[in-house]
Amino acid sequence: MKSAVLVFPGINREQDMARALTLASGREPAMVWHADTALPADTDLVVVPGGFSYGDYLRCGAIAARAPIMDAVRTHAAQGGLVLGVCNGFQILCEAGLLPGVLMRNSRLKFICKDVHLRVERSDSPFTRGYNAGQVIRVPVAHGEGNYEADDETVKRLEGEGRVLYRYCSPEGELGEDSNINGATNSIAGIVSEKGNVLGMMPHPENHVEDIMGCTDGRGLFAGLAEHLKSAA
Amino acid sequence: MKARVTVTLKSGILDPQGKAIEGALKSLGVDGIASVRQGKVFDIEIAGADKAKAEAALKDAADKLLANTVIENYRVEVVG
Repeated sequence: MKSAVLVFPGINREQDMARALTLASGREPAMVWHADTALPADTDLVVVPGGFSYGDYLRCGAIAARAPIMDAVRTHAAQGGLVLGVCNGFQILCEAGLLPGVLMRNSRLKFICKDVHLRVERSDSPFTRGYNAGQVIRVPVAHGEGNYEADDETVKRLEGEGRVLYRYCSPEGELGEDSNINGATNSIAGIVSEKGNVLGMMPHPENHVEDIMGCTDGRGLFAGLAEHLKSAA
Repeated sequence: MKARVTVTLKSGILDPQGKAIEGALKSLGVDGIASVRQGKVFDIEIAGADKAKAEAALKDAADKLLANTVIENYRVEVVG
């Protein structure tokens, strides 16, 4: 798995992400600066990590989405290459037009930093093959703007095409107002693009990959990606 | 030339910040507030004196960066 982690000013989860990718694949990712115009040759997976690019000025992810490197990411995605955006990375992918919709201010207006439960909706995606469909995993969130919204038609398409891969849920896997921490439409925590090769999600699976973190539920995502890329090679 | 771009949330888009401000105004006892929607104002200095060109540039700026047209509307005015 040859992965590339994008680095923007104000991003702060790139080392966590690099560590999780290295653990899963045995190979360190390339760190790619936002002002670069090309990805390293043969990049399989581009990761847009979390943080606060450009201090969340204007709108979360808005300025990073227009960085020079994003044209290369767009080309990579158009050719079917895998792209993973986590937290601010999800916001950046939406702002860049690689995913539909927008991440609005959390409905209860508070920054939320805690572990949440996610239901894995399907296991036949490169981003979920390390899990079983319906499995509940525990991963942290840390965001103030994670309330996924899109127009009715877009939401209908996302649901109809099975493009919601992760939803906020109770520890038992039930959906509800209490577990839907940020008020996201249909408890959406993570969605994929039309071709299924671009995933954006608000929670941080990279922060639950080692025993010392108290939980390893996030491993499945990275292990699944590594497995997918190995079998595709 | 001076110009102003005003960005507002489209109607129907939930605005929790506006709602919070609305609640605060009501608790301050400010009378007659029915509802509040929050937006952004950009005051921009334009180089050159061609008004049509300025409006085109401002529209370009709003489409490319200042507004997210999925959820926001914008208005452009050259104020002279």
